[in-house]
Amino acid sequence: MPIAFPPSPTRSLRPARRPGRPAGPRRTALRGAAAAAALALAAGAGAAPAAADGGADERTLTVAISQPVDTLNPFLAQLLISTSIHKAVYDPLVAYDAETNEPTGALAESWDTSEDGLTWTYTIRDGMTWTDGEPITAEDPAFTFNAMMEDSEAATANGNAVANFEKVTAVDDSTLEIELAEPQATMLSLDVPIVPEHVWSEVEDFGEFTNEDFPVVGSGPFTITGHEPNQSITLEANPDYWRGAPGFERLVFRYFADKDAEVEALRKGEVSLAAGLTPAQADSLEGQEGITVNNATGKRFQAFTINPGAQTQDGEEFGDGHPALQDKTLRQAIMMAIDKDELVENVYGGYAEPAEGYIPKRYDTYYWEPEGEDRLDFDPDAANAMLDEAGYETGDDGVRTSPDGDRLELRMHVHNDRPDYVSMGKIFVERLADIGIEVDNRTVDPGVLSDALYDAEYDLIWTGWSVNPDPDYVLGIHTCDALPEEPGTMRGDAYFCNEEYDELYERQLAEWEDPEQRAEYIKQMQAVLYEEAVVNVVTYANTMEAYRSDQIASTQVQPDPGGNLWGQDGHWSFSMAEPAEGGQDAGGGPSGWAVAGIAAAAVVVVGGAVLLVLRRRAATAEDRE
Amino acid sequence: MKKGSALTRSATSGAAPPEQGAPGPGAAPEGPGPTGPSRAVRVLRYLGGRLFTAAVSLAAVLVTSFFLFRILPGDPVRAMTEGREVTVEQMEELRRQFGLDRPLWQQFADYCLGVLRFDFGTSYQYRVPVAELIAERIGPTVLLAGTGTVVAALIGLVLGTRAAWRRGSAGDRITTAVALTLWSVPSFWLGLLLIVVLASGVGWLPGLFPTSGMATPGVEGAFDSALDVAHHMVLPVATMVAVVYAQYLLIMRSSVLDEMGADYLTTARAKGLRDALVLRRHAVPNALLPTVTLIFLNLGRVLGGVILIETVFAWPGLGSLFYSGLRVPDLPLVQALFVLFASAVIVMNLLADLVYPLLDPRVRT
Repeated sequence: MPIAFPPSPTRSLRPARRPGRPAGPRRTALRGAAAAAALALAAGAGAAPAAADGGADERTLTVAISQPVDTLNPFLAQLLISTSIHKAVYDPLVAYDAETNEPTGALAESWDTSEDGLTWTYTIRDGMTWTDGEPITAEDPAFTFNAMMEDSEAATANGNAVANFEKVTAVDDSTLEIELAEPQATMLSLDVPIVPEHVWSEVEDFGEFTNEDFPVVGSGPFTITGHEPNQSITLEANPDYWRGAPGFERLVFRYFADKDAEVEALRKGEVSLAAGLTPAQADSLEGQEGITVNNATGKRFQAFTINPGAQTQDGEEFGDGHPALQDKTLRQAIMMAIDKDELVENVYGGYAEPAEGYIPKRYDTYYWEPEGEDRLDFDPDAANAMLDEAGYETGDDGVRTSPDGDRLELRMHVHNDRPDYVSMGKIFVERLADIGIEVDNRTVDPGVLSDALYDAEYDLIWTGWSVNPDPDYVLGIHTCDALPEEPGTMRGDAYFCNEEYDELYERQLAEWEDPEQRAEYIKQMQAVLYEEAVVNVVTYANTMEAYRSDQIASTQVQPDPGGNLWGQDGHWSFSMAEPAEGGQDAGGGPSGWAVAGIAAAAVVVVGGAVLLVLRRRAATAEDRE
Repeated sequence: MKKGSALTRSATSGAAPPEQGAPGPGAAPEGPGPTGPSRAVRVLRYLGGRLFTAAVSLAAVLVTSFFLFRILPGDPVRAMTEGREVTVEQMEELRRQFGLDRPLWQQFADYCLGVLRFDFGTSYQYRVPVAELIAERIGPTVLLAGTGTVVAALIGLVLGTRAAWRRGSAGDRITTAVALTLWSVPSFWLGLLLIVVLASGVGWLPGLFPTSGMATPGVEGAFDSALDVAHHMVLPVATMVAVVYAQYLLIMRSSVLDEMGADYLTTARAKGLRDALVLRRHAVPNALLPTVTLIFLNLGRVLGGVILIETVFAWPGLGSLFYSGLRVPDLPLVQALFVLFASAVIVMNLLADLVYPLLDPRVRT
């Protein structure tokens, strides 16, 4: 909206004739009053904090989180923060052990399988109650699973868990029976929050229910008592939890949008635990008094995939991947050009492990390493020799050409919001140049990257998964079944399809009787994946965390030893944490510093005003003379 | 003086509103008084014109908002389920819930009908009506940005006036230099610096303020809560004020400088008024006009304008909401916020247009 600057005025707004008010005294008096009021406010507040602190025995564990909660409804929640909170509120049927990651009883104390592997019977533990005092029976898991099978909105977040279920019934109060369509080996890793039937049967629309009737009725070691959106979630201990009451009375998750601010809050003691630190942040906290840094083995792998020629399930080819990449020799040569140790050192500052198989080292049941001649270790000379032999000729500009005459210029898509991928991408450009491949580095918005992936308009692309103790899902995304039915609808992330791999996948999924045999199949699958060099895992980054050892005396990592505290498969780090003797909590009301801080701010403001007034009066006095 | 004036003019041209076409500064001299009935007509025409322009802008914003965010690359469902163990059926179910499986024209029609009822749909991520989310977050943003704008304007006006009145003095040079330096500082960096020094504490200095957030969980009672929020507000407001007060200072300084040579000031001095009175009664009221416009324009931007500060201090306002919505993209949420931010600017501009004639009689003609 255009507005005129006033031209040189011809008259002032307020007529000059109007008698002026006395300038000095009255205004000064006003300012003085304001100052006095501010000081009184600050002084009066001095008495308040004692009342706000609550009982001396109430101990609070404050955890810094980097994501706001999406929803507290466990049927809808997608974000790690929300599912982690739900793990502390709703026990599953079977949990993952804190030390070994192996299945361990939760709501179910034991289980049995029929001869054909199609019927699973779970015995529900006796004497457990919901936090409102109602008993926990087999009706509750039956209700939960049936809701997910019947109501597509209730299946939004965890529907994959019940995809193979035929029928779920509560035979009696302590017996739950699940009938399957096909045998499946993952019946002890159904990581689904079980909700109380007597509360949720009243819910009309699972898709709209927010689950914010506090306190939320749950079965876990904590129950949600408050949620300030985008700020904090407060949980109170459940004294009747069947494993025993947790050590802390209160668990608060506090949201930070900025990682550096989060680290400062830990340094100051406002939060007890901060996770997801960068190597630099972890280094800066190392050795500080009252802070313990936990360098944990990671659940995540970092990988790049090579477009092997995208096709649909019907074999229709689409996209515009570089044709030469359909040659396994070229894909393996690319792998051999990469120095994983260099990535570990230069990208992660040593806080990572060079990767071997698809499943991270922390899961030793399924961990696999290539041996002998199968290894595709860093060896640019051998890679060059392989390419020479396969007919990839080097041109005058140092870039090779495929036997079919296509110049080896590859597009590489990198997530611009992941600093580690960005750094690795830069190293890749140099390493691939060493074997005569020119890389067009496209460091882009994740949305652009995702479009390129689903349209198969890429050559190399970065990816990574957080692997659960049961790796079924991350293995399943590379079966032929995960190829898109029509372009753009893929379930997987690599357009990988291999008959041998698929057969092994079916076998491991059906192998519910013998866990060792199943692990063997899973290792063989990784061997196939490694040799085909379409999905290439380069590192397992560590999880860097730090906590206040003057607030948390002890806690539980998963797996033990070497595991992490945040993002566990379970609630162990929260429920088993013990408060430090005589430590100062992160929580609590406005402290003495609140008063001091506000007073300091008031002094600055009032002082500035007084200074101005004094100077003005001095100036006016000069005028008078 | 002229040199200084020119300098500040160019420095602030970005913030200054463009010249209005009519009535120009050199318009024909006004008659001795209002010219009867035609005056009411003129006022109505002025009002009608402004309202019409605002309505057209608003309609354009509504339409743009729908298409703008659909041009963004990426797919909300894929982004939301990234890293989750989902089946193809689950993704289709999400698409159905969000209405993304319907043809674009139908989505657009739904959007338009919804807007007419002030219904912007349900947020993909948070699963609650967008209007509820905005209602929750608008308070903190208005509190933070409103306080910041008022404080920055006051400081800027006072310092700007003083700097102009003593132009060329050491005080003027220092004030202006400090303001310009702070203006060029990135707000998130300054915020972090304040957190490190004043919240964490450095050396002997204890941490005086909370590192971030708006309230300490578990604080109850009206007085305690107010105190707690005030305590949390100090650093973000200080950051905001430090970064933005320069524009008020510079506008005010240049406006006062423009008045300095005016005859009416000489007259006032000739009447024997004290210097301070000449400044306060005569120069400042005239110089305030462009600054008032600037304040109105900035009030319009208050809603969306402090996103970086909200992020650093984890302030639960609209800025951080917008940021979290853009990453998905959470279409209903970002559409509604875009409309809200844009209409705030439009409405404030309209208000400025309407208030201006009251402040400046010359525009009324």
